[in-house]
Amino acid sequence: MRRASIVALNTFREAVRDRVLYNLVFFALLMMAAAIAVGQISIGIEQTVIVSLGLSAISVIGLLISVFIGVALVSKEMDKRTLYALLAKPVRRWEFLLGKFAGLVLTLVVNTAAMALGLLLVMIYVKHSVERSDAAVLVAVYFILLKLALVVALALLFSCFTTPLLAILFTVGLYIVGLYVQELRNLPVEVLSPAMAAFTKWLSYLLPNFENFNVMAMAAHGRAVPGTLILQNTLYTAAYCAIVLTAAAAVFSRKNLK
Amino acid sequence: MADLAIEIENLTKEYPFGFLHLKKKTSLEGLHMQVETGEVFGFIGPNGAGKSTTIKLLMGLIFPTAGSARILGKPISDVEMHREIGYLPEQPYFYDYLTAAEVLDYFARFHDLTAADRKERVKRMLKKVGLETAHKIQLRKYSKGMLQRVGLAQAILHDPRVVILDEPMSGLDPVGRREVRDIILELKKDGKTVMFSTHILSDAEMLCDRVGVIVGGKLRGVGAPGTLVDMKTQGMEILFELAGLSNAPLVSKATRTGDRYRLQVPEGELYAAIEQLRGAGARLLSVSQVKATLEEFFMDLVQADRAQASAVEVSGK
Repeated sequence: MRRASIVALNTFREAVRDRVLYNLVFFALLMMAAAIAVGQISIGIEQTVIVSLGLSAISVIGLLISVFIGVALVSKEMDKRTLYALLAKPVRRWEFLLGKFAGLVLTLVVNTAAMALGLLLVMIYVKHSVERSDAAVLVAVYFILLKLALVVALALLFSCFTTPLLAILFTVGLYIVGLYVQELRNLPVEVLSPAMAAFTKWLSYLLPNFENFNVMAMAAHGRAVPGTLILQNTLYTAAYCAIVLTAAAAVFSRKNLK
Repeated sequence: MADLAIEIENLTKEYPFGFLHLKKKTSLEGLHMQVETGEVFGFIGPNGAGKSTTIKLLMGLIFPTAGSARILGKPISDVEMHREIGYLPEQPYFYDYLTAAEVLDYFARFHDLTAADRKERVKRMLKKVGLETAHKIQLRKYSKGMLQRVGLAQAILHDPRVVILDEPMSGLDPVGRREVRDIILELKKDGKTVMFSTHILSDAEMLCDRVGVIVGGKLRGVGAPGTLVDMKTQGMEILFELAGLSNAPLVSKATRTGDRYRLQVPEGELYAAIEQLRGAGARLLSVSQVKATLEEFFMDLVQADRAQASAVEVSGK
């Protein structure tokens, strides 16, 4: 674990030095523009608009970072051969992989926390107060982070056995499918053959369920998010990430470098 | 029997290729080789001979199709073995957002060194490879030669017992090459085992206790540079000057460059040849022995391998 943490901290340093966190400037400008616009055009629904816009921006920016940097985490090190000198040190391949994952998740935590703080400041600016119900926004941000961790794990897995371009396509494809898992599970059984019904049900449990992470509407309307959902999503993400990362480690441990 | 630092047994590496990966290309075929503790071992061969493949197999970067290898008695799959090994990859590249000092400190962390120890070692290594003035510059601004120096520094930073260097002289200017040679000799003086690959034969002849010659994925010979080739004198070369023309038969056999002539004669005929040349009015400049070099041995093998490959190709048609 100590070796993985060395890799993680270096991955975070890489993100900072490669100016990944510059996206925060874009987010800040977006929020400032939104705060000014909302004050002029929407009466009574300022919070809904600001929260929806802010959470959407946090999610989209986070997803872009997760997919593109997640896929490059390992493939870039293999392409540039920076991995050669590192793997000659007493470090196992799975430790390297875990470190890269943790490093990008740490980057996302810092990035998302900064954006969440920006969102809260804009909410205070618009409403001139902070209420207990605003905690739902923080829960929504936490769920976005869980979702991003899962996306990073998937991007890492795909990048271990295919080209970066295909890994991006697979990750984005799986994310989109994961948004509609509930629909897949609730397909009308009567229109399907028993075998097909069993298959779609089985598939719906196998695919990552990204739908459960979306509590944007609740947060926008100040409704509390149930504690059980928080616990369920946390455990789900931990278990799914563990499985995906184990699969990635299994593939990567047998991989011949160029 | 001397202690063995590296033992390689029947190491083979095949790469699948083609649309369904059904065809196979053999990069290394049944390599048997041993490197003794404390020696400098040169691994020589032309580009694509299998030198880097062997080294990558030893470092666990690729996996063998067959065979096994041990370093310091431990199998190459044992990651902990890497505590005792230093490795310089071919054309090394490091995180370009880091400075030389940062990248060395990063690698040193994997060796459980204390912060004070890391700082002292990084400073010492940067001085050793001549980068002490450039240590605060990000590696993206480094030249190829400077990266090579960083690579060498990270390979010996943790004081390893075995140092494996893949083309350590590549990309270096004459001063840099001299410095690398000095570092290799220093490592040998400290009792370290050094194995390095090169296609620059003079480096191997100058530095190595033994060399292994690999061509076409097969080991063609292992031994001290002097014993690999027939070191018996192959003749004598006479260099002389002669103004004007001469009818002496030996002069007509000599190779002429301006007023200077170069003539090769068997050792037993040297004095008779000198007498004849003096009689013809020649002025002797030098007499030297002609020996086969490692380079000739190496070139013979390469040519034989190419001839064999083209014969296979022709018969295949």
